[in-house]
Amino acid sequence: MDDLITREYKTVSGIAGPLLFVERLMKASLGELVEIMLDNGEARRGQVIELSEQHAVIQVLEETTGLGVTGTRVRLTESAATMDLSPDLLGRRFSGIGAPLDGLPPIIPDARMDIIGQPMNPVSRDKPSQFIQTGISTIDALNTLVRGQKLPIFSGAGLPAKEVIAQIVRHAKVRQEPGVDIGQETGAGPFTIVFAAMGITFREASFFLGEFDRSGVMEHAVMFVNLANDPTIERLLTPRYALTTAEYLAFTLGRHVLVILTDMAAYCEALRQIATAREEIPGRRGYPGYMYSDLASIYERAGRIKGKPGSITQLPIVTMPDDDMTHPIPDLTGYITEGQIVLSRELHRKGIFPPIDVLPCLSRLMNLGIGPGKTREDHRSVADQLYAFYAHGRDIRRLAAIVGEDGLSESDRRFLKFAQDFEQDFVSQGSQGREMEETLDLGWRFLRYQPKERLTRVKPELIERYYGSTRD
Amino acid sequence: MSGTIVKISGPTVVARGMEQTRIFNRVAVGRTGLLGEVIRLRGGEATIQVYEDTTGLMLGEEVTDAAEPLHVELAPGLLGAIFDGVQRPLDLLATQQGNWIARGLVLPALSRARGWAFTPTVRPGSAVVGGTCVGVVQETQKVEHRILIPPGISGTLCTIQAGTYTIEEPIGWLDGDRPLTLLQRWPVRTPRPVTERLPPIVPFITCQRVFDMLFPIASGGTVIVPGGFGTGKTVVEQTLAKYAQADIIIYVGCGERGNEMTEVLTEFPQLKDPTTGLPLMERTILVINTSNMPVAARETSIYTGITMAEYYRDMGYAVAFMADSTSRWAEATREISARLEEMPGEEGYPTYLAAKLAGFYERSGRVRCLGETDRQGSVTIVSAISPPGGDFSEPVTQGSMQITGGLWALDSDLAHRRHFPAIDWKRSFSLYTHSLDPWFQAQVASDWPQLRTELAALLQKEEELQEIVQLVGIDAVQDRERIVLEVSRLIREEYLRQNVYSDVDAACPLAKQYWMLKAQLMFLEYCHGMLKQGHPIEQLLASPMRSELERMKETPPDSCIQQAQVMIEKMQQELK
Repeated sequence: MDDLITREYKTVSGIAGPLLFVERLMKASLGELVEIMLDNGEARRGQVIELSEQHAVIQVLEETTGLGVTGTRVRLTESAATMDLSPDLLGRRFSGIGAPLDGLPPIIPDARMDIIGQPMNPVSRDKPSQFIQTGISTIDALNTLVRGQKLPIFSGAGLPAKEVIAQIVRHAKVRQEPGVDIGQETGAGPFTIVFAAMGITFREASFFLGEFDRSGVMEHAVMFVNLANDPTIERLLTPRYALTTAEYLAFTLGRHVLVILTDMAAYCEALRQIATAREEIPGRRGYPGYMYSDLASIYERAGRIKGKPGSITQLPIVTMPDDDMTHPIPDLTGYITEGQIVLSRELHRKGIFPPIDVLPCLSRLMNLGIGPGKTREDHRSVADQLYAFYAHGRDIRRLAAIVGEDGLSESDRRFLKFAQDFEQDFVSQGSQGREMEETLDLGWRFLRYQPKERLTRVKPELIERYYGSTRD
Repeated sequence: MSGTIVKISGPTVVARGMEQTRIFNRVAVGRTGLLGEVIRLRGGEATIQVYEDTTGLMLGEEVTDAAEPLHVELAPGLLGAIFDGVQRPLDLLATQQGNWIARGLVLPALSRARGWAFTPTVRPGSAVVGGTCVGVVQETQKVEHRILIPPGISGTLCTIQAGTYTIEEPIGWLDGDRPLTLLQRWPVRTPRPVTERLPPIVPFITCQRVFDMLFPIASGGTVIVPGGFGTGKTVVEQTLAKYAQADIIIYVGCGERGNEMTEVLTEFPQLKDPTTGLPLMERTILVINTSNMPVAARETSIYTGITMAEYYRDMGYAVAFMADSTSRWAEATREISARLEEMPGEEGYPTYLAAKLAGFYERSGRVRCLGETDRQGSVTIVSAISPPGGDFSEPVTQGSMQITGGLWALDSDLAHRRHFPAIDWKRSFSLYTHSLDPWFQAQVASDWPQLRTELAALLQKEEELQEIVQLVGIDAVQDRERIVLEVSRLIREEYLRQNVYSDVDAACPLAKQYWMLKAQLMFLEYCHGMLKQGHPIEQLLASPMRSELERMKETPPDSCIQQAQVMIEKMQQELK
């Protein structure tokens, strides 16, 4: 009882925004969780983020309404934020800080892990090399996703990022060889989904819920939901609860986990809010200078470990404020993730789905996942050549807008048509999934818009094999 | 001597009772003994930056002063090793701790058990000074590790004996009582001294056409590679680490992606050094501090790397130092500065950023090494920079640009069309071209500088013509100009673009670079000449020679050179 008394403090000296200042909190440790008790018996959660002899700074994970300098007690829990883990997590739904939302009792843990996690030793990482077929041609052929990769979707307000994600979830499979999908390979069923919602609306959340239900992935999914009207600071912990769960599922249970984080913009807003409350020196657009390191501590929790069967693949959604890719949120994300998929308002307006603007897209790990034995021998060449033609076609389109189509040469007109048809028939595919071969053959159909000699990025022997063979 | 913690804020800790410590001394923080460094003293209060995660730390815990600055260990065994930012061996960490990096583990950088066969090159009784080579150890198949007297030490060698030693065993004695070991230590923030710095007259050959031909860098020079995300900074750095002609490569992955480092780790041991045919790892040291590893250690990783680079330079080697990326290092500086509540300069960076950048870049150079011989070595710095939003006006790019001798600017538009390396030839520059020309003229061809001038002029001409075409359409330009457009496009796409994933094209030796360009420029002259003789433009552009020129980069060097010479002769014949 003595011990309990010494660990409870009534010395709250101030409250500013989401922060609580407590004097003489000498026994706390950095990162420790605390319970904040109001005089009406209500308890809220907080976390120690700074310690000095004068006072400790606690970020309150819930509302601060009703807290005061008198009548509020702070109790140390002697533990950092942890997540209870067991295979029973699958199919469950939690709040942004890991409390059950589905009316079921808390799980009985097999393990308990610190949600901050530790950095994976680069030496222990395994090279991501297994191709994930998403069924979307612009991703599969041109910006291939591999297991263990982190590939964000850069979207804008009103663009269908969640539909793209839903389509990927529906069709995603790993093919080691044709016909063998991941289920048979590991006996673990399809991808396990860990879904972390940060500050999204109820409408978006129910869209995902409905999608997961419909495509039958719900029983392999764990959801963490922090809605737009839930406490902002809670969002700072949501991705960490989700990724701790993902690490358990991947590296303890050996599953292949697809982590969906949406929306990272809301997460960064919360980060800015807490930084401002702490009166830190703001960086670009008011975001804290350490946002890069902070985002890295989330995104870098993707990957594979040598000698372990599981993997963590991340698909974060980043809504670019004002469609601006140089805004600090997408910018810092792009510097950490292994590429990006960029949605285009122009294509969306043309009714193209998925509206993926391939030029600014990139998959850094593409080369590790493609080629003979993985996809097909001509994959790299087809991708390079399509890129070169499409980029040129877009230049011509700009030119045609100024000088008119009549001012174009015959070959330029061919490029113009190429760009047009490529968007309509290759990029656009509706909700259909395409097999890899189908996508590559379709690519060749477009390469045939130009004479053989112009295919300078394709090896002659590949032209020999594919250019004439499936001509339609 | 030890103090107690009175404040904890992220990676910075303040401890009281530290009157005896010195600035930049190494300290052990708290129960777990986290590694830290004193960065500010105010009375008896020391501000410490901690190289590990501070979660769980409490007020009142102890801080112990090691009474010396942060050092690196220098001895045989460095090559092929993989260290974190404070020179802890990552593979050993993995075997001791498992797959995740836990905290507070202090490990020696180099093995204490491994024995090295040492052969002395001097006799007992010789007088030695700092930098004198006293013997050699065959560190890897190719690299002979020269054992040097540490700077600042001199005396008479009493004994020195061949044999197998661990790095801590004395290989000899100096003045009777001072042991000499294979191991020496050096504080990371202090540059190692040299006898003399030499002018930049030898090129750092990258085997990449756009660099060697247009923007060559001197051995011992510095170049920055700024570019937004996705423009291929990392690929440039890795390509140079693979194909650049250097004796030793130090690769610092500073605050970058874990999976990318894994690629390096799995790829390098399998890759062969193009000049020696030996595994690349035998000439490489990796310093890896990924973006999720502690931020303070990221700040140190650059210094850890450059100190090892200077050590091999002192042995007389040409060392290439790759930093990916310097921006992350500068950001770490900013983060620490903000925690110290220093008055911020531009974009929140401390006002001493430019001085700090200069201090780092100036550790490059081609030098006459310390010691009494005429040994020469060099450290070339290739530094990737990640400007926010791809905007080069930011402080790190600008601060670096004022100091470095070269700028290889990456362009996102080129990257989007998969033109790699995405070097923007309009913005990039090299200040070394003129001092290097004599070397190229003597070693490759006397008209090398002329070829470069022609190429630059052609690209400039194309730029101007493009503007006209944008306004009035291609039909409005004359045939002569259309040829310029077509040939410069050929050169852009088939010469300046280089495919790192192709076995043949990945590395392009200087002679091939020269002959390829000569043939392609000759084609321009040829088309112009033939046009004057009345040949229609369509026929010239459909010439089989054009596709031959387009595919030239995929031809192995020897046959490519031969092919180019035959073509040039044929074109000259036809023109007559």
